[in-house]
Amino acid sequence: MSKRSRSLEDLRTSLTELKLIYYFYRKSVSAMAGLVILVTLIFVAILAPWLSPYDPLEVDLPSRLMAPSFQHFFGTDSAGRDIFSRVLYGTRISLVAAIGIVLLGGSIGTLFGLASGYVGGRFDLLVMRVTDIFLAFPTFLLAILLAATLGPGMTTLLISVSVPLWPEYARLVRGSTLSEKNKEFIEAAVASGENSVSILFRQILPNVLSPLLVKGTIDVGFSILWAAGLSFLGLGIQPPTPEWGNMVSAGRSYMATKIWVAGFPGLAILLATLAFNLAGDGFRDALDPKLRV
Amino acid sequence: MGLGSYVAKRLLLAFPSILGILVMTFVISRVIPADPMKLLVSERAMDMMVGSGSAGSYQSVIDITRHRYGLDKPLYEQFILFIWLVLHGDLGVSVLTGRSVTASLLERFPATAELTIGAMIVGLVLGVPIGVVAAVRRNKPIDHISRAVAMSGASMPVFWLGLLLLYVFYFQIGLFGVGRLTEGLTPPTHITGLYVLDSLLTGNARTLVDSFSHLVLPSFTLGFFQMALISRVTRSSLLDVLSQDYVKALRARGLSERVVIYKHALRNSLIPTVTMSGLAFGSILGGAVLTETIFAWPGIGRYATDAMMSLDYQPILGSVILAVVAYLIVNLIVDLIYTVVDPRIRYS
Repeated sequence: MSKRSRSLEDLRTSLTELKLIYYFYRKSVSAMAGLVILVTLIFVAILAPWLSPYDPLEVDLPSRLMAPSFQHFFGTDSAGRDIFSRVLYGTRISLVAAIGIVLLGGSIGTLFGLASGYVGGRFDLLVMRVTDIFLAFPTFLLAILLAATLGPGMTTLLISVSVPLWPEYARLVRGSTLSEKNKEFIEAAVASGENSVSILFRQILPNVLSPLLVKGTIDVGFSILWAAGLSFLGLGIQPPTPEWGNMVSAGRSYMATKIWVAGFPGLAILLATLAFNLAGDGFRDALDPKLRV
Repeated sequence: MGLGSYVAKRLLLAFPSILGILVMTFVISRVIPADPMKLLVSERAMDMMVGSGSAGSYQSVIDITRHRYGLDKPLYEQFILFIWLVLHGDLGVSVLTGRSVTASLLERFPATAELTIGAMIVGLVLGVPIGVVAAVRRNKPIDHISRAVAMSGASMPVFWLGLLLLYVFYFQIGLFGVGRLTEGLTPPTHITGLYVLDSLLTGNARTLVDSFSHLVLPSFTLGFFQMALISRVTRSSLLDVLSQDYVKALRARGLSERVVIYKHALRNSLIPTVTMSGLAFGSILGGAVLTETIFAWPGIGRYATDAMMSLDYQPILGSVILAVVAYLIVNLIVDLIYTVVDPRIRYS
């Protein structure tokens, strides 16, 4: 079989697999609900400038702290800014930050996990001991310490939440790599002279993608929570940039009478996190061969 | 392996973890920052201190700090000094208040302990029954509802839940309160530092009711996430046990469903819940920072948040070190309880 037709064959197999995953994914109502919210959020994030009725940064003191109305769907904050527009723009920041966090932590963890599982020996031992130390730290406390050290901002947010994440990915991928590397198809690849890097990325990595996808999706949800938590504490994205966590924080002082200032941004955090959790659960069930029977 | 030698081994294994954590906190606080001095003596905190009129000169604080932490010495010497100070319980001084961080933390520790226990109780008291009912009535409406509650619990920003509860119960209905006690009320005589327990021990009914009513909302806020987690673990573990042969045998012998579930299956299924609760403690400590801030709860989390606002670094570092060590100790205790409950673990 020529190389070209083999890759076509591969593509066809993976398309069938995708269809199969979608077939099982679709069976769960909650997973579909999660997916619908998730897709909506992505659209909102992309279309925020067109969907927002106001400039999210525009200060309008005469109309400060107005209750929700047809003019301002979610009301206005203490500077008279439109909360609806800010929540829409906030989707961008929260999604970009959370996805960035998972991509960063996930890729570093995956690289170390692959190498650690494949190389083995002392390197494996060293990497695993380092992950032990990281995992002994409660996630949010480590994120707080890093954020306090690096000073507030988007880069800080990305680093401080992805650092606690990477060891979890390293562990996950190492485990899968260990079980894959002794299989016959790897021996065949080694025998046919394929180099280690190519074996790691072309043979082993595709076989550990399923658990990565599940974990990655759920972790985007948690990253939204953690990032919002850091911003709430003043360690993440700073006001006036519209970020859900700092918007809830700004609404704290008005909680007694003007619940919408903190209420709507908080609802957005809940909805986004829930969507990723539901989708992640759906992927887990759809990818689990035991549940397919 | 006997229980004694297992405990000894487990204790020995905890040391590398503690050392690793100290290495990591050192790297984060002294090696990563371009100028650790700027971090240790936050200008913002200095400004606030100068504003309050309690300051010496900026330069003198810098000199004292440099000498205290050996910042002009090589890194390895700084590290030894860092370990030395931490092991001697010296977590530095707050630039803002000029007070010892260790003393402030010890003072606030009982408040956080009380809140943590409250949250754990909420998590277990609600989580276990929900998990049991969901498992027993698998795929019935109650199972779906419990799944929805658990899912929302896992997705809920703890600071937002706290604010909502505050809005409904405190601002609207006027129930419960913020802080640990109503202003003007004298705290109970100090025995454990836990107000509810101390009031009970000293028979002080008024502070008992008052401190309890202040504990309800923050405990529920912090415990909600644990409840979600615990109910899911209990459910899946009970389902697992219920499908085992010995349960089938019990049923075949004609035992009532109630006896099978509550007398036999539930006990065995609770082992993972115990382990889970120990691990959950870590997220409670993280969540306490946010919860204490919202309910003006005078614990370690609140202390750390106040420090974050002024970027006063030593109290943040100190709180994190204390919390992580507490987390390790709790996990050690849970591990030991686990081996008593299930002796098989010692042999694996």
